[in-house]
Amino acid sequence: MSETKKFLYVNRKAPYGTIYALESLEVVLIGAAFEQDVSMAFLDDGVFQLTKGQNTEAIGVKNFSPTFRALGDYEVTKLYVEMESLEERGLGPDDLQEITYEDEDDDWEEKPSIRIVSRTEMADIMADQDVVLSF
Amino acid sequence: MSYQVNGHTIEHDEEGYITTLSDWSKELADEIAKVENIDMTEEHWAVVNFLRDYYDEYQIAPAVRVLIKAIKKEMGPEKGNNKYMYELFPYGPAKQACKIAGLPKPTGCV
Amino acid sequence: MSTLHTVNKSPFGNGALLSCINHCKPGDAVLLIEDGVYGALAGSVVEHAVITCAPSVSIYVLEGDAEARGIGPAKRLPDVQSVGYDGFVDLVATHDRTQAWL
Repeated sequence: MSETKKFLYVNRKAPYGTIYALESLEVVLIGAAFEQDVSMAFLDDGVFQLTKGQNTEAIGVKNFSPTFRALGDYEVTKLYVEMESLEERGLGPDDLQEITYEDEDDDWEEKPSIRIVSRTEMADIMADQDVVLSF
Repeated sequence: MSYQVNGHTIEHDEEGYITTLSDWSKELADEIAKVENIDMTEEHWAVVNFLRDYYDEYQIAPAVRVLIKAIKKEMGPEKGNNKYMYELFPYGPAKQACKIAGLPKPTGCV
Repeated sequence: MSTLHTVNKSPFGNGALLSCINHCKPGDAVLLIEDGVYGALAGSVVEHAVITCAPSVSIYVLEGDAEARGIGPAKRLPDVQSVGYDGFVDLVATHDRTQAWL
């Protein structure tokens, strides 16, 4: 068994206009089987992926926003969202859906997966990775 | 390629997964199970119903280990383990049970 | 510990270059490839952003992609260095990770 590496999936695209967002989520779900230290970053238009109230009925594509709430089951528990990207779009943390995970090491207590970070903190997080995958 | 249930024809792909999720019914599940050589017991139904609820909530079929972990949490360790699951669904719990549950093939399942 | 950032979109229709620059750390490198090479143009609206980060971040352009688009050395900002495919490989090898800005 090789050493655990830090993988960051960087999401910078809105969810339905292109296939990037869905592809990213699928790769994360598949990649979770490899038991690495996985986290996801949402910045620029990527923050739109996590907003509440998405309903895709009229456009005939799958609404995959509920799938983000399953990430905790796959041990993906760190979703970093950039504050400046939210603000630039007139959004705040309250516009994002609630995503939680159960902390195995803390009596399965339910904890928030979304962590709001500043642009500077986001740059530090990116610089702290072994592998950065962009979508 | 299709299943026949109560005079209705329900299309499936080359692996037996139904192509339209809303076509599913309990009768269809029994029919798919028959093709898979599985006698549906209460225990089978518990897993199938769990999968349908999971899909309904998250829009994905869970990976096997996620399924087993969740079943363990909900129904206890004597059911939430590989051995029990493979006894119920010999060709893989997620794969075979998902097919019976009328869900798409789990992501990352080859 | 440093990062090689690649940018492959024109900065005039896409925020990738500016977002990249905003997330660079001192000692990082930015390599402009494909339509990203337009970011090397002198006198453009993104010139200021590129020049401002240049002292602490090295900016490169992939020569073949720039030439293909008529962005010869005379049209480029003096802060931008030129590399070929061999230089691209060297940059990947001398940085700890590569991050693509799409």
